[in-house]
Amino acid sequence: MKARIHITLKKGVLDPQGKAIANTLAHLGFDGVEEVRQGKYIEIDLAGSDAAQARARVDAMCAQLLANTVIENYAIELEA
Amino acid sequence: MKSCVIVFPGSNCDRDVAVALKASSGMEPQMVWHSETELPKCDLIVLPGGFSHGDYLRSGAMAARAPIMRALSARAKAGTPVLGLCNGFQILTEAGLLPGALMRNAGLKFICRDIFLKVENIHNVFNRNYADGQVVRIPISHHDGNYFADAATLDRLESANRVAFRYCTASGDVSAAANPNGSLNNIAGILNEAGNVLGMMPHPERLISPELGGTDGRAMFDALASLLQTA
Repeated sequence: MKARIHITLKKGVLDPQGKAIANTLAHLGFDGVEEVRQGKYIEIDLAGSDAAQARARVDAMCAQLLANTVIENYAIELEA
Repeated sequence: MKSCVIVFPGSNCDRDVAVALKASSGMEPQMVWHSETELPKCDLIVLPGGFSHGDYLRSGAMAARAPIMRALSARAKAGTPVLGLCNGFQILTEAGLLPGALMRNAGLKFICRDIFLKVENIHNVFNRNYADGQVVRIPISHHDGNYFADAATLDRLESANRVAFRYCTASGDVSAAANPNGSLNNIAGILNEAGNVLGMMPHPERLISPELGGTDGRAMFDALASLLQTA
């Protein structure tokens, strides 16, 4: 089973890297970019086929290591 | 004074802080490898600067979950002074021993230069040799020193006088212009609730003798040495 995890900065947390990307997109002539927020994407291959169990384990991984919940949110997708 | 310096793969200020501790206390600190699970008896624990685990995932994220951290956390909660410098501060926030987080510098650049700090709290074992409001010159050397905490946490820190140092100008003005990295409220260092854990981004261990270009960092190590010798 594969878990895909998106980690994003919480609303209200400044993202200077996202701002720099937005500026560069503007330099390249891309109009209409209102905001860019940069995050992380992590893939984990898991043994076992129980989706509920996998979700609980990945949730614990996110809370304990993969995300810093002071500044970040995370979302988990599972694929059998 | 018996002190311990925790060493992680990628620590690079561990020996600098060992020299500072020896210079002030006359005693060699014990270097403790991160994969140990027990700490020797000691009066002070230091988490040194550097790039533990290459700053992978987030600065300090891996180190904060190292085997030694369980023992360190227990000692911190029992009242042993813990000093986290630069990467050590990042590790303390990642470990939940200090609130908030250290994010990428607002200007996105790695900054390595001397800055000025205002000493905001001298009622702790680390800062008691400084004067209240004293301005000191200390180097910073980091990419992720932009202190962030949510509004409630920030209120709690401010109302309990737990901000130990703030970035300021040479004349002590705590202004946006003196803020090198975007830290909220110009915060450069904070204390835990009990006051025995200090995390700070600047490097006092780098300015402890005239040969190194200054002595403004020395007072912290002298304070720790004298307090712990009489304890």
